[in-house]
Amino acid sequence: MSARHTLERGALAAAGGLLACFLAAPIVALFVETSRGELRAGLAHPLVWPALRLSLLTTTVSAAVVVALGTPLAWSLARSRGRLASVVEAVVQLPIVVPPAAAGIAMLLAVGRRGLFAGWLYPDGWSVTFSTPAVVVAEVFVSAPFFVQAAVAAFRRVDPELFVVARALGAGPLSVFARVAVPLAAPGLFAGAAMSWARALGELGATLTFAGNLQGVTQTLPLAIYAALEADLRAAQALSIVLVVVAFSLLGVVHLATRRVGAPR
Amino acid sequence: MSVASLSLTMRLADADRSMEVALETGPGALVLLGPNGAGKSTLLRFALGLVPGATGRVTAGDDTLFDSARGVDVPLERRRLGYVPQRYALFSHLDVLGNVEFALACAEPGRPSRERAQAARALLDRLGLQAFATRRPSTLSGGEQQRVALARALAGRPRALLLDEPLAALDVHARRDVRAFLAAWLDEVALPAIVVTHDAADARALGARVAVLEAGRVTQLGTWDDLARAPATPFIAALTRDGASARPDREPC
Amino acid sequence: MKRALDRRALVASALAALAVAGCARRAAPSAEVVVFAAASLREVFDELAASFRRDHPGVRVTLQYAGTQELRAQLEHGARADVLASADLRHMDDLARAGRVGRAVVFAQNEPVLVVAREAKERITALSELPHAGRIVLGAPDVPIGRYTAEVLERARAPYGDDFRARVEARVVSRELSVRQVLAKVRLGEADAGVVYRTDAHGVAGLTVIAVPPALSVRADYPIAVVEGAPHPGLARAWIEHVTSPAGRGVLSRAGFLLPGEAAR
Repeated sequence: MSARHTLERGALAAAGGLLACFLAAPIVALFVETSRGELRAGLAHPLVWPALRLSLLTTTVSAAVVVALGTPLAWSLARSRGRLASVVEAVVQLPIVVPPAAAGIAMLLAVGRRGLFAGWLYPDGWSVTFSTPAVVVAEVFVSAPFFVQAAVAAFRRVDPELFVVARALGAGPLSVFARVAVPLAAPGLFAGAAMSWARALGELGATLTFAGNLQGVTQTLPLAIYAALEADLRAAQALSIVLVVVAFSLLGVVHLATRRVGAPR
Repeated sequence: MSVASLSLTMRLADADRSMEVALETGPGALVLLGPNGAGKSTLLRFALGLVPGATGRVTAGDDTLFDSARGVDVPLERRRLGYVPQRYALFSHLDVLGNVEFALACAEPGRPSRERAQAARALLDRLGLQAFATRRPSTLSGGEQQRVALARALAGRPRALLLDEPLAALDVHARRDVRAFLAAWLDEVALPAIVVTHDAADARALGARVAVLEAGRVTQLGTWDDLARAPATPFIAALTRDGASARPDREPC
Repeated sequence: MKRALDRRALVASALAALAVAGCARRAAPSAEVVVFAAASLREVFDELAASFRRDHPGVRVTLQYAGTQELRAQLEHGARADVLASADLRHMDDLARAGRVGRAVVFAQNEPVLVVAREAKERITALSELPHAGRIVLGAPDVPIGRYTAEVLERARAPYGDDFRARVEARVVSRELSVRQVLAKVRLGEADAGVVYRTDAHGVAGLTVIAVPPALSVRADYPIAVVEGAPHPGLARAWIEHVTSPAGRGVLSRAGFLLPGEAAR
C-alpha cells in the first residue's frame, strides 16, 4: 500500500514538475545564454532606460485605474444574480480571448480619430492615439479582466452574512463596500492586481496597434524588445532580462504584501 | 429601555416554499422552535427584508419597517435590527474592539472617535470581554465570539434582536454555560427578540414564550409548560418529551 | 554571442526545413515544382500558380512563403526547393556566391510610396509637402521599409532643403515595426501620412498614393533563380519563364509591382 502511495505521489510530482520545468526553461535560458558583458552592453543600450521608465510609469497608472474602477465593478458583479450581471461578467472577460493586436484595432475603431466615439471625444480633431495616455488605455483594456475576474472571486469568497450584519448595523452601501467587503477580500484583490499589473507590463500587441512605437512616448519595454529583435538581438536579450527581473521583483513584493494582509495580526 | 414589541406577518408562496406566519414578540424574547426546513431562518430574513416575493408587515413598536399593502419597505440599514447569525459573522479583519466600534460608528456617525472607543470598551466590559479588546475574533472560543457578536448587535442601538441558532455552533460542553449566560443577558437587555433554535433544551432555557414553526405555519404558541401539557402536534409532543428529560444535548445537525 | 545566435537560428530553420521537406517528400513521385517566395509575392504567385497548372497539366506547384531572410536560412540548412524568388538582391547574391542558387534575374521591383489619409489629401499632394502632415508614421529604422524611407528622406534634402528630414521627423508620431502597421494607421485615419511599399498601397480604397520622385526613389529588386540541386530544374526554369512572360508581367503589374526597365508611374 505504502509503495503504491509513494508511486502515486511520484507520478503527481512528475506531472507538476514537468510543467514547472517547461515554464522555467525559457527564463533560465535567457539568463544562461546572456553573458555578463552582453548584459552590461545591453543595459547601456539607448532603448533600455526610456522604455523601462515608460513601462513603470504607464503600468502604475493603468494598475491604479484598473483597481479604482475594477473593484466597484467586481463588487457589483459578485453581488448580483441577474442575467444582465452574467452577461456583463462575460463581456468583461472578452479582452482575455481577443488577440491583443485585434484589440488594438478594435480600440482604434472605437476611440481612434475616425472611431465610433470620435465626434464626441475629440471635437477638435485631436485623438489619444500615439500618446502616452494611449499606452495606458491599451494596458487597461488588456489587463483589467485579470483583476476583475480575481476580484469577483475574492468578493464571492467572503461570507455574505457579513454584509447582512453590516447593513443591519446601519452601514450604508459605501460603508459595506469600503469597510467590510474590500478589507475582507484584500488578499484576493492584491493577487488580482498583481496579475493584472503583470499582464500590463508584458503588453505588446494592443499598444503597438493603438499607441504606436516612439521612444520615450509610447515605446514600453515589450515594444523595445520587439524593436530590438529587428536589429540587435543582444539588446533584445538584455531588455528581456530587465523585464523579467522587474516583473519578478514586483510580483515578489506583492506576494509578500498579500501574505501580510492575509495573515491575522 | 424600550418595551415595544416586534411584530411579523409574513406570507410567501413560491415554487418551493409556502409560509403563512403571524408573530408578536411582546417586550421580551420569543423563541422560535422548529425542525430544519420549517422556515425559521426565512422568517428572520423576512424581518431583515431579504426575502424577495414575501408579503406582509414588519413593525417594531410604532414604526412600520415593511408593509407590502402600503408599499413601505425600509432598507435594512435603517431598520435597526440587531442580527446575530448562526456563526456570528464577526469581522475577521477587525479586532474585538473594532467590531463593536464599527457598530457604534454606523449608529452614531457624528460621534468623536475617542468617545466611541470609550463607549465600545464600556460595552465590552458589560459582557466581560475587556481582556479580549485587541484580539482577533478567530482567536476566540465560540462562546466568546458569541458575546462579541451580542455586544456588537447591542452597540447598533437596535429596536429588536434577531438571533439565529445562537447555540448551534458551540460544542456540547460550552453550550450549557453559554445558554445560561444568554438567557440572563436577554432578560437584562429587555429588548424584543426572536431567538431561533431547533433544540428543545435551548428553547426551554431561553424563552418565556415559545412559538413552534412547522412547515411554514405556527402550530403552537405558549410557555414551555403549555406546550408540554397540551402538545398540539406529534412533533411538539416528541420535542417536549426530549426537552424535559435530562439527557445530554445532541450535537447540532 | 554570435555562436549562441547561430545555434538558435540553426534549430529554428532546421525545424522549418523539416516541415517543408516533409511536405515535399510526400509529393515527390509525381512532377512537382517547389517555389520559395518572399511573403509580399503571395497574391501574385498564387494567381500565377493557377495558370501554370493549366499550362502544365499534372504538375504540382508547392508555394512556400516567408520573409526572405527566413527562406535563405532554410535553403542554407538544406531545405529542398526548385525556385527562390526573393524581395532582396543582397540575400540572393550571397546565396549565389555560396553556390546555393543559379544566375538570378530581376523580374519585378517595388518602391516606397507616400500614402495619405483623406483628412490630409488637400494638404499633401507631393513628397515635398510631407512636413504639412499633422501626424506621420514611418517604419522603424531597422525594418526594411524604415531603411528605404530614411534613404528617400536623406536624398530629399538636396531638392527640399537641408532641414527637410528634420521637419518630417518632427511630425513622426510612431516608428512602426512592420509595413502593415504603417498602412493600417493611415488607412484608419489615425495618421495623416506614411510611407509603405507600392504593392501594399495598391488597390487600397480611401488612400491617396503619391509616388516618390524618381530621382529620390529607392528601388527594391525582386530576383528569381533556380536553386542549385533542384529536383526539377526543368520545371523550375519553366516557372521562371512563366513569371517573366508577358502574362506574368501583367499579373505583377496589376498587383502594383514595377517591372524592370519601366519608369515609375
